[in-house]
Amino acid sequence: MSLLKEPEMLVSLENAGISRSDRWLVRGVSMSVSAGEIVTLIGPNGSGKSTTAKLTLGLLQPDEGKAYRKPHLNVGYVPQKLDLNWTLPLSVTRFLQLTNRASRAQINDALASTDTLHLVNAQMNNLSGGEFQRILLARAILRAPDFLVLDEPVQGVDSNGELALFSLIENIRNTLNCGVLLISHNLHIVMATTDRVICLNGHVCCSGSPANVASSAAFKSLFGEHATSGLAFYEHNHDHEHLPDGRIHHNTGNGGKENTDA
Amino acid sequence: MLDDFFFRAVLGGIGVALVAGPLGCIIIWRRLAYFGDTLSHSALLGIALALLFDINVTLAVFGISVAVSMLLIVLQRRASLSSDALLGMLAHSSLAIGLVVLAFMTWVRVDLMGFLFGDILAITPLDMVIIWGGGMSVLAVVFIIWRSLFAATVSYEIATAEGLSPDHANFIFMIMMAGVIAISMKIVGVLLITALLIIPAATARRLSSSPEQMALFSSIIGLISVWGGLLGSLEWDIPAGPSIVVAALICFILSVIPLPKRQRTR
Repeated sequence: MSLLKEPEMLVSLENAGISRSDRWLVRGVSMSVSAGEIVTLIGPNGSGKSTTAKLTLGLLQPDEGKAYRKPHLNVGYVPQKLDLNWTLPLSVTRFLQLTNRASRAQINDALASTDTLHLVNAQMNNLSGGEFQRILLARAILRAPDFLVLDEPVQGVDSNGELALFSLIENIRNTLNCGVLLISHNLHIVMATTDRVICLNGHVCCSGSPANVASSAAFKSLFGEHATSGLAFYEHNHDHEHLPDGRIHHNTGNGGKENTDA
Repeated sequence: MLDDFFFRAVLGGIGVALVAGPLGCIIIWRRLAYFGDTLSHSALLGIALALLFDINVTLAVFGISVAVSMLLIVLQRRASLSSDALLGMLAHSSLAIGLVVLAFMTWVRVDLMGFLFGDILAITPLDMVIIWGGGMSVLAVVFIIWRSLFAATVSYEIATAEGLSPDHANFIFMIMMAGVIAISMKIVGVLLITALLIIPAATARRLSSSPEQMALFSSIIGLISVWGGLLGSLEWDIPAGPSIVVAALICFILSVIPLPKRQRTR
């Protein structure tokens, strides 16, 4: 990233805390996300990752401290959980236009980028967990957001798909120059794709570049020594990929010849 | 056969069915059937107050429904009871207060059955103006807030985070519900308004693949039910409300009967 110009700050929290029935869900959280930056929240269950993300989105108001959000910020949000009522007749195309209109071309682009173009006419109720998650991501990026919040965006996605989606997230950051706030459990991928890691456990344990955080004592005590050994910087290469329609595409060899087994 | 009163009833019924379609869908999607019931039960209190102070019944019912909705919002924030318990309390206590007030007004002779089950003879030209004027305004407002309302139905959090202010849409929706209760009362009666909202929408669910389509279909199915029900009401001299609801139920049953199985024998 260019160091010539200070990137614009999109959201920030200053000593923010949320309490519910005399218990602090998170407290003293200070962080910020600037344009063009991928910030990742990691931490154990119940450490306040989603709560922190909701603070930055204005879904929760801090009980102490401050939350700042740039006015008229165009947000794309993938929540951790979305239960669709079966009484809702909802096609993928309509769902993609939940909060804004989109042209056919925009819809196709968003679906293509998440490898779900074949689902364009599907009903939301008939999707598998991984497909549903990809559509959630497609919907958020369709908005061409300034600020993208992804709360465990790859749950239920197989590991190859996971890598592809994380590189997609990086791509989106590069093309839109948006700020990304990511919550993820996959420490391997997080460490490889993120600019800054914030390690939460009710408060900010440690934060900084992935390499710094991984070597910090707080991180090791939180995730255990074994989690940090052989971490990050893990590259994964297959000689072929499986296309969404079930065909196999070879990346090496005879210039991408395709096997059709259908 | 199309006496003046009957023509008015059909026109009024059509007006109600058109509005009930989209709102009924929202009620089904959000599981708000009991909320509709509560508002319609409280309508009887509106009727009693209208007779007591000699004001227009439809307006009084609208006012009471809005008041009950607001009370519900306040109670949901303050009280530690669950929503369904609060709704049950509001529904039946307002119904009871309405009946008590009516019983005290010995000088008024009220056709209670007409209010409870709908009375096509009771529709005046002024009612027609209120039904169509009110109904079309409700439809216009719902059309304007539809995207926010629907987005908030799917996910309140996404709608809020992405700047659609669903709280406003939800608030307006409650007022629109009060409007629909008020204008449907004369046609289907206080006790059966929720059925007119829910049954056509439930029927439309099986036939639709998008939310907008479901809203449109449930208006059309409501329209057919009103027409069929009112014809039956005139033919067999039965109250309008139950007749319309039975017609709607027949539509629903027809929609769930499986089509002849062609693909299975192969």
